Formats: sequence, structure tokens, C-alpha cells
Amino acid sequence: MSIDPIEARGDLRLTRITKSYGDFKAVDDLTLTIPKGSFFALLGPSGCGKTTTLRMVAGLEEPTVGSIHLGETDITTTRPYQRPINTVFQNYALFPHLTIFENIAFGLRRRGIKDVKEQVDKVLNLVELPHLAERKPTQLSGGQQQRIALARAIVNRPALLLLDEPLGALDLKLRRQMQIELKWIQREVGLTFVHVTHDQEEAMTMADTIAVMNEGKIEQMGSPADLYDDPETAFVANFLGQSNLIKGKIDGNDGDNLVIDLFGQKISMPKARSHAVDNSLYAGIRPEKFRISRTGTSVRGNSLTGGRIEDVSYIGVSTQYVVAMPWGQELMVFEQNDDGVPPFNKGEEVIISWEPNFTFGLRGDEDIEAGTEVNPEEIDE
Amino acid sequence: MSSKIKDATIPTIPFKARLSRWFGRNLLRIYMIFGFTYLFIPVAYTFAFSFNDSGKSNLIWKGFTLGNWQNPCGAPQICDALGNSIKIGFLATTFSTILGTMIAFAIGRYQFKGRSSSNLLIFLPMATPEIVLGASLLSLFLVFKINPGFWPTVIAHVMFCISFVVVTVKARIASLDPRLEQAAMDLYANELETFRRVTLPLVAPGIAGAALLAFSLSFDDFIITNFNSGTLITFPKFVYVAAARGIPAQANVIGSSMFFLALAIVIAGQLVNRKKAR
Repeated sequence: MSIDPIEARGDLRLTRITKSYGDFKAVDDLTLTIPKGSFFALLGPSGCGKTTTLRMVAGLEEPTVGSIHLGETDITTTRPYQRPINTVFQNYALFPHLTIFENIAFGLRRRGIKDVKEQVDKVLNLVELPHLAERKPTQLSGGQQQRIALARAIVNRPALLLLDEPLGALDLKLRRQMQIELKWIQREVGLTFVHVTHDQEEAMTMADTIAVMNEGKIEQMGSPADLYDDPETAFVANFLGQSNLIKGKIDGNDGDNLVIDLFGQKISMPKARSHAVDNSLYAGIRPEKFRISRTGTSVRGNSLTGGRIEDVSYIGVSTQYVVAMPWGQELMVFEQNDDGVPPFNKGEEVIISWEPNFTFGLRGDEDIEAGTEVNPEEIDE
Repeated sequence: MSSKIKDATIPTIPFKARLSRWFGRNLLRIYMIFGFTYLFIPVAYTFAFSFNDSGKSNLIWKGFTLGNWQNPCGAPQICDALGNSIKIGFLATTFSTILGTMIAFAIGRYQFKGRSSSNLLIFLPMATPEIVLGASLLSLFLVFKINPGFWPTVIAHVMFCISFVVVTVKARIASLDPRLEQAAMDLYANELETFRRVTLPLVAPGIAGAALLAFSLSFDDFIITNFNSGTLITFPKFVYVAAARGIPAQANVIGSSMFFLALAIVIAGQLVNRKKAR
């Protein structure tokens, strides 16, 4: 009674999924559609429910409430082995008693596929490790094990491939390399990849669409650029990169723009980029969008005066400044070292300016610390 | 610089310091040699006296012979006793390994009411004095009008072997990563196939170890067997009875054989493991 993989190929739809453990809701009323053929990332800090979501899709957990559909087929309660879905586990979970060849052949043999040898050889070539077929998993390096785990899953050509923090155990350099390789393999085989990670850079490098999860809910979903340029919540603004969030009031309209009062200084921003619900809002600007000028020079766009350089860190490609503003807030500014202007010194009085279009507006009642205190290096479980 | 001057400049270490340094480096080795000597003297003695041309009593060295090894069944009843012990050991091992493995999986893998108390109760037979177990089992058999003999002995052996099997197998199960089974299920293996292809092969070394342990416990047992076997002679019983009038050298032959068999199994196991790891 396993599911016909051809019929079940289609979008993955999670409808109003809740997973409770006693009083604790690991996943809370989650609705999500993952389009066929996409590289989708579930991004969030540890304990946000992303791994639980993945395990429910794999069939290793059953949702307390809600349904999961793959194409037209309801797979909510089917067993893991009945789903045309394969997983690359966090620590690979290669079978230690089987050779690499038999590890990869495992799924094919269980389904009674005929040309096992041919298919295993093909996928071993794809991950560029054909010479390791007769080895045991313990004889492989972490990076090699990672690729074999991937090969073991994709050889089955599942409708959906789940990746649970697949690169978490690799060192930084290898991780970068595997990110690019995974993306390439996804295009090559044309499968839907659902990738769970706490690493925002990894998600942004690989995924077409990212869903940012927090406390069992999806905070925001969109392309990496959308999420970065126009975050809708403080959590997203802080978890994806860094943000300067300045408290302000909506002071009026100017065509398609809003006029915002930030501690007595007026700035403008596009109406469409404001997610405020009333007059109070936080104006958000990414540190690299700011420009720094000496007090007294004329600047374009929005500007805030009265800043004083508090700290300077020269890091090669850019210089990072901490600028203290008159209302007591410290703003982060990243300046590219591309204009020949020598870095500003500590204590200098400066003007901060930026293009109005780079401003995003958050609700005035947000917790502006949300998403900053979580340690992104922690791994689930 | 010439080597002569160089030699002269090297200060010589006083003998006492060198001696204490040598001891410091080799103390563990010396201790180990003593330890192993202590452990293996009885085995060596048994082996040496299996070649004794002893006649009736095998207490004094009377001369070298291969006769005992050429005719291990030479002493009356000895091979019947050995046969019984092997039969009982084989049956007790089979039953206790199967039952114990199942219990180990239940306790190690599933949450159920009374799990922790079962866990505790399983240790109880290991902690109870054998003399108490043997005596109470005998009275239990008699209450049910079962006469002591072959099968009551097998039942008694299964009972005390199970605990050891459970403990050994459970340790292996505890070290098994549950994600391996999840991975198997994810790769289209149903529950039965997952057990057969992943769980069982990975737990197998633990089960094999438990079976060996069970066999040696059963083969070796005297106290419980003595209560429940009636007139049936097992190898330990034979040796015990024979001790009164002198143990025949054939007993040494069988004892030595068992030792070398066990050694061979351990070495074979090591070799297989080493081959697997390569």
C-alpha cells in the first residue's frame, strides 16, 4: 500500500499542523505550501519547531492536528516507508555494518528495483566518490559521509528530499563547498529539496524560498532578497543579518511615502514597506545601507545628524562603526572601503544618511531584541 | 666539537636514580605479569596434569603420557556427564538468549507501565545466592509434582541465565543510534525489514556475547544443578563427586579443552572484528 511516487509528485502542503508534547506546542497551527522542484529552507533558532516539522513530513512524527498532502495524496498518517520522501539525517545515520555500496542500494533493494548496480554507480559518480563503494562508513571523512548520505537519499529519486542540518557537522570551508554542490545537485536532479537549518547564511546561499520559523510558527516566508530587504518582524530583521531599529512616529503622508519622525528628525520611506498597524513604528535600516559623512557636508536621501563615532573596526573589505546617536541609541554602520576616504576616527561628529527606499517599517509594539539573543550556533536535539 | 669532550660533559645519572626511574617506567608491567601469573597458574596446572600418567588419583606427578588425551572418555561416566552438560548448556543458552533478547528490547526500547520495576527485578536473580535459588526451585518443582532431572535443570538454568542475557543485550541496544532505524524506515524498509536488516545485525555482537556467557554459566553451574537434577550427572557434578576419591586426569583434559575452545572463540571474534573494521 505504498504511495505511487508518480501520482504523489506535486506540491507539499501542510495544512494547520500542530504538534503538541503535553502543554508545549513544538509546531503551532502551521500552514505551508512548498512548490514542486523548489529548494526550500526552514530557517530558525534551535527549538523553533523546524526539525519537528521536517520529521512530520518524513513520517517519523505524527501531527497532533492538521494534514499533510503531497500532490493530491494525503500522507498525514502513512508510515515513513510508504512515503516517496527521503531524508539526509543530521549525523548522516549511515548503516555502519554495510558497505557504502550497500548503504546506497538499501532503498533500491527494499523497493525491488532491478538495475541496482547501475543506479548506485551513477549516483556515486554524481557525488564524485565512485572509488569508495566497498568501504565502510567509519572509514570515510565527514565530508565524504555527508555526500554518501545525500547519494543514499537521491538515488531513490524521491518526490521530496529532506535535509536536516545536513552540513552542521562540517567545518566552515567544507560547508561552503557543500552548499554550492548541494545547490548544483538539486538543479541536476530536479527534485524538491526541503532544507532545515539554523544558519541564515546557509539558507540564503542555497534556498529559492526561505520560511523563517520562531516558536512553532512561520514569521515570514519569501525569497532570500525579500526577507533581507523587507523583513516584516523584528525577529526576521535580527535573525537574518543585523538591523538598526529606531523608534519613531508616523507624522504624515507625502504621495507614496510616509513621513516619519525619529526623535525630532524627519525622514521618509515608501508606504509599501511599512508593516506598522498604527502611528508608532520602528524604522529599520541595514548597517551596510548607511553612509557616514562629516558634520557640515551635504548628503542625499534621509539623514540623521548628531552622531558621534563610538567605535571603529577595520575588517578589510569594510569598516564597521558604532555611532552613538543623541537619543542614546548606538547604530551599526558598515562602510565599504572603496572610496579612498580614510576611516573616521573615534569621537568624530558625523551625519548618517541613506536612500529612503532602503527603510523598512516594523510595528511599534515589537520587541526589538527578538531574534538577537538566540545563539545561531546551537543545533537542535 | 669532538665527541670525547661531549661525552665528558654529559653528567652521569646515579645508579639509584636510574633504578627508580626504571621501576617507575615498568611498574605497571611488573604488576601485570604478577596479575596474569596469578590468574593463569590454575589453568596451567590443569593443562599440565592432563598429561599425568596418574592412574587413579591425579594429585602427584607420575610421568608424562598422551593417553588421557587419546582416550578422554576413559574414566567411567565422564563423557555421559559431559554430554549432559553440553545438552543442558545448549538448550539453556538457546532459550535464555531468545527470551532475554526479547526482554532487553522491551525494556531498552519501549515505554510501558512497570518498565523501571522490571528493570530492577531482572537484576534480582543475579543478586540472589545460588543456594537459595536452587533450594526454592526444588521445592517449587516438588509442589508441582515434577521430579528433578533433565528438564527441571534446563528450566532452572534458563532462569538464572536470562538476567545476564538481558543485561548484556540491553547495553548493546542502548548504544544503538535510533536514527539508524529511522533511516531504514525512511528508505522503504518496513518494521520487520528494519529489524532484520539494521537492528538485528547491529545488536548481534551483543547477543552472541550474551549466548557465550549463558553457555559458560550453565555449563559451569553446580549448586542449582545439584538441587534440581536428581540422579542426572553433569560435568561439574561428576568432578565434585570424583573429588572424594581422586579426580581422573580426563577431567583435566576436558577442562583444558573447554579453556582452549573459549580462547579460540575469543580470538576468532577479535579477528572478525578487526577484518570488519578494515
